[in-house]
Amino acid sequence: MVAPYIELRDIRKGFGPVEVLKGVNLKVYPGQVSALVGDNGAGKSTLIKGLAGVQPYDSGEVLIDGQPVTLSTPKDASRLGIEVVYQDLALCENLDIVQNMFLGREETAQGTLSNGEMEKHASATLGSLSVRTMKSVRQKVSSLSGGQRQTVAIARAVLQKAKVVILDEPTAALGVAQTEQVLNLVRRLADQGVGVLIISHNLADVFQVADHINVLYLGTMVAQLETKETNNNDVVGYITGLKSVEPSLQGAAR
Amino acid sequence: MTTTEKAPDPELAAAVDVSGGATPPGIATGYEGTALDQLKAYGARLRAGEMGMLPAIAGFIVLCILFQILSPDFLGLLNVANLITETAFLAMLAVALVFVILIAEIDLSAGVTAGVGMAVFVQLNNALHLNWIVALVVSLAVGVVIGLFIGYFVAKVGIPSFVVTLGLFLGFQGLQLVLLGNGNTYRITDPSVLAIENSNMPVWAGWLMWAIIVAVSLATAFYDRARRQRAGVPVRPLNLLFIRVAAIAVVTGILVFLLNENRSVSVIPIEGVPIVVPIVIAILWIFTQILDRTRWGIHLYAVGGNPEAARRAGINVAFIRICAFVLCSTLAVVSGLFQASEVGVVGSSFGQTDVLNGVAAAVVGGVSLFGGRGRLMQGVIGALVITAITNGLGLLSLPGGVNLLITGGVLVLAATVDALSRKRAGASLARV
Repeated sequence: MVAPYIELRDIRKGFGPVEVLKGVNLKVYPGQVSALVGDNGAGKSTLIKGLAGVQPYDSGEVLIDGQPVTLSTPKDASRLGIEVVYQDLALCENLDIVQNMFLGREETAQGTLSNGEMEKHASATLGSLSVRTMKSVRQKVSSLSGGQRQTVAIARAVLQKAKVVILDEPTAALGVAQTEQVLNLVRRLADQGVGVLIISHNLADVFQVADHINVLYLGTMVAQLETKETNNNDVVGYITGLKSVEPSLQGAAR
Repeated sequence: MTTTEKAPDPELAAAVDVSGGATPPGIATGYEGTALDQLKAYGARLRAGEMGMLPAIAGFIVLCILFQILSPDFLGLLNVANLITETAFLAMLAVALVFVILIAEIDLSAGVTAGVGMAVFVQLNNALHLNWIVALVVSLAVGVVIGLFIGYFVAKVGIPSFVVTLGLFLGFQGLQLVLLGNGNTYRITDPSVLAIENSNMPVWAGWLMWAIIVAVSLATAFYDRARRQRAGVPVRPLNLLFIRVAAIAVVTGILVFLLNENRSVSVIPIEGVPIVVPIVIAILWIFTQILDRTRWGIHLYAVGGNPEAARRAGINVAFIRICAFVLCSTLAVVSGLFQASEVGVVGSSFGQTDVLNGVAAAVVGGVSLFGGRGRLMQGVIGALVITAITNGLGLLSLPGGVNLLITGGVLVLAATVDALSRKRAGASLARV
């Protein structure tokens, strides 16, 4: 069994009187895809924002590679190899693919941009992810489709040598073919040894791509399942609260 | 716990690489192919709506032909030289404004900032008899302070730039009166300052300038090519490089040749490139290099394109915004210097009607008011179009109202071209 790269233990987070995360445990393994599912308001975003260092947790342990760490700023997360691809992607449409992939981390020599080197590294990264759908790495992002933009955003995370990539609803706005492309990309990402945590409402996608499924229900991790050993009905049951909490997890949850 | 972190497996990555038919030649860079391929790709980009300054250049050529038919003096040697010196100040103002327009902001006070800068300049130069260079440095510093002021209120306090600079537009009209006294005008007396717009370089200096332009174009082209080759990425074919440099050499060569001819209508010869020309070219070149080749430059475009994405990428958005306003105000003072040199006097209403012409020039040149798209050179081309209209209609001695009507029409036309090209490029207008 591979040791998890990220391990969360008894994470709690509240906003005033509202307790959003009530002692959550989660593991993300290198080279594997973990899905995080749950209904609206279950606490998925809050859990992710904590990992991204945007909104630190109130209490609980975060272990990265087995070592306890604090995640209080986005820089901390970035330094520990955690990259988040948000749903709105945050790309500059007026810049090209290379410029977007290197934005904020441009390579320079003698104070001027090393465009050739960046172009090469960007091409190599896209190539390692078997991206074939783009004509040119110097294409403006405004000319790309939704799936291609998602690809650029993910490739940007890979370029930063991410150990774990967190994808927030990567297929929400995509058509069938583009969803397929992005899911294949997610799989290849894991095949390269990167840990992937994918948040999705689309259970068909989750079952297609994930190795583990973690279900959040009202701030509690109600189920941590192996995709192979479960089915759609069970997961829906956990998400909607119709199925009860597994005995083995109750200790952590309460 | 033991560390069992699994690094990306290079062998596996390579395997994936091959199976995916990866790059190269999977994904192109836009640098491959013969000169003809490159030309075709350029044509495709044009059709896709990335027209840049082409409409403005086409418009300028049409205007030149039109005015030449209506008034044969228009392309005469004397008028061509006039057109160039008349354009200089508006071009500088447009270049200044491009910096703030690129980040989707506006500086309505750029004209009066030039006025305040020049008011300081004449007071120091005329009343206190300070050397003109010292006086200019002080007025440029005033520009920097004004830019810092605007940038602080826009980027840190969060007031829309339209409001901040509208306030300054009104306030600085008062400041001009305070600095110069009600209704006073001051003559520019320093011969060096007057020479900027009104004197010409010797014939040999014009050709030297031309040689430097060609040499620098050639050198930068080869430098970029060598750098790409060292990085191991495709380069454009050599003949394309030579065609581009040759085009620059021919166009600037013809201009220098014409300006070096005697354009005098009296017995005293007037010949040579106006002194303002190399100054504008130098400023334009330096700032274009900064925008194109530095991290700061690309961050400026990023802030204009999507400030939230820029912030998440770790870019200091407030710093970039403040820089843009500082550059705008400072270069606006330079444009004021050109105008003062041209008209020879600085009054208390100096620069008050210029700013919208500057914005118009940038828009006509193809700079997008929505931010993120545009180049400094486009401000210059736009200024050339607007000045050509004023100049050409002046030769026809039409009433002044017609002049304004046509300028306004050209502006709307240019904005329409911009909007339509954005539609074709697939970017939704409603979103921005």
